[in-house]
Amino acid sequence: MVEIKPIKKVTDLKKLKLLANQIRLDLIEALVSAGSGHTAGPLGMADVFTALYFNVVKHNPKYPFWEERDRIVLSNGHICPVLYSAMANVGYFPRKELKTLRHFGTRLQGHPHRSTLPGLETTSGPLGSGLSQAAGMAYALQMDKKKSRVYCLMSDGEQEAGQTWEAAMFAGKNKLRNLTAFIDRNNIQIDGHTEDIMPLEPLADKYRSFNWHVIEVDANNIQAVIDACHEAATIYEKPTLIIAHNIPGKGVSFMENDHEWHGKPPTAEQAKVALAELKVWRGNILQNRD
Amino acid sequence: MGFINSKAYLVENLYAKEIKKVKTRDGYGKGLVKAGEKNKSVVVLCADLSESTRSEWFQKKFPERYVQVGVAEQNMASLASGMAAAGKIAFISSYAAFSPGRNNEQIRTTISYNNWGSKPGKEINVKIAGAHAGISVGPDGATHQALEDVGLMRLQPGMTVIVPCDDIECEKATIAAAETSGPFYLRFGRADYPSITTSKTPFQVGRIEEFRSGKDCTIVANGPLVYEALIAAKKLEKEIDCQVLNCHTVKPLDGKKLLSAVRKTGCVVTAEEHQWQGGLAGAVAEFLGENYPVPIKRVGVKDRFGESGTPEELFKIFGLTSDDIVRAVRAAVKMKR
Repeated sequence: MVEIKPIKKVTDLKKLKLLANQIRLDLIEALVSAGSGHTAGPLGMADVFTALYFNVVKHNPKYPFWEERDRIVLSNGHICPVLYSAMANVGYFPRKELKTLRHFGTRLQGHPHRSTLPGLETTSGPLGSGLSQAAGMAYALQMDKKKSRVYCLMSDGEQEAGQTWEAAMFAGKNKLRNLTAFIDRNNIQIDGHTEDIMPLEPLADKYRSFNWHVIEVDANNIQAVIDACHEAATIYEKPTLIIAHNIPGKGVSFMENDHEWHGKPPTAEQAKVALAELKVWRGNILQNRD
Repeated sequence: MGFINSKAYLVENLYAKEIKKVKTRDGYGKGLVKAGEKNKSVVVLCADLSESTRSEWFQKKFPERYVQVGVAEQNMASLASGMAAAGKIAFISSYAAFSPGRNNEQIRTTISYNNWGSKPGKEINVKIAGAHAGISVGPDGATHQALEDVGLMRLQPGMTVIVPCDDIECEKATIAAAETSGPFYLRFGRADYPSITTSKTPFQVGRIEEFRSGKDCTIVANGPLVYEALIAAKKLEKEIDCQVLNCHTVKPLDGKKLLSAVRKTGCVVTAEEHQWQGGLAGAVAEFLGENYPVPIKRVGVKDRFGESGTPEELFKIFGLTSDDIVRAVRAAVKMKR
């Protein structure tokens, strides 16, 4: 038996920022190659995925089935470009494979499919079922007295789905302290702004009333995300929700805060501009001017 | 003339009026307890129907492995998927009208597709138990009378679908589901049905069992209609020699056995407590249509919703009795060229 150890955490903030930048660059290129897919959500959540895969989560890409690993459950499967990009950058598969996104025969399906790619914890796309799956994992891990934690990433739009609240009720009842859920709070969904489509606020109060601990965080601040995860781990009686306020399209000026960019990829021309902007940002990070 | 297959080890008083009648779900309850004793990974989830689905029997024995989820069948399906991903063999219990009725998409995405292509040992072992299926739930009426569930489940790639004929077979099917990888759907009704099989009756997932031999017509039945089919064969004894096949596993269908049977008899009657499209009839007709077309008559609910009544009344009104099978056999034989 090989003794499996988790990968070393990246704690240097500058390094983390550069990783997030690389994840954004890679996902833009993957989307251009795919010719379809979602752009704004993945860009907005790149900092959260960086924090999780490079700092917070106990895992080792060489051993994707390691029993003691923490689990990352992506509920809103449509932001998978950022999941794939983070997984490639942390070593689950070669970065060049990102360009196969959505192509025939790829392991990077348009929405994630668990068994095609080691390291994926579930299959998702249809919204509203990820929190249930994460709660099921957290419950089973507690039954087995495992120390592993489960991180579930949800969109804000899928808070409109009833099943989300069935799962929230279950997690509250069972005090799933090993469960931390994120809401990708970027206020947009395909048809427009969430508060116009179906108001979600007061979102924090809703979860608190379901017996969750709630933290609100600037999710484009990697350190703040890491701190929130540490706080979640200290809460013994309740599952924790981190409302991850972020700017959809973050890092690409013409995509930021525009719901038109929720469900489409950039053209090759637009991607050039986007990549150039991200590279300027990279330069600023390197010179501590970000 | 055909005869009851002695190797099927059916009860001796098969045709007696006083044949023992037992709730099929009792077999589910017993099977759960046995599966739980054999394997500590077995867990049971229930959506506020623990007594009537018999999940309670498991709960009493293994409270720490029993999960009450409340009236939330969609959550239950995906919770079970998550528990299975963490190594559990998760049974989910409710009425078929709600599970797989209400949570069909959750079963499709988070159980069947999630399981699809899994490496050995990494399967999503969720076993769905649909209780109170069919019209025999009786007085509760059409909302609770699931008649399309077998069709729904057999359309999902990788799903094994079993409709046991009585309590004894239901117990065996439950244990087999726990011991066999991948997602399962087990379906059973509410009423007391004749307990026709015994512990010695052979049961293997995916295998049709011949309960009666015959050369003129093959009756393929499952669930409580297996008993009705045997009675029909008895009634027709002097007129038409009927073979009776117990097709408890609708998917994967035992095509080999079906072909060898139909090559001899040349016509088929299907019999099930389900819509007459999409379920057992659909599976048999699709298979034979492609491989060995013969006349087929279907005994089932004829594309309508149920209603309140006693199970006996409803079986008559909806055409699911041995007399209906008798008529279907005569019609099928007449169609033979």
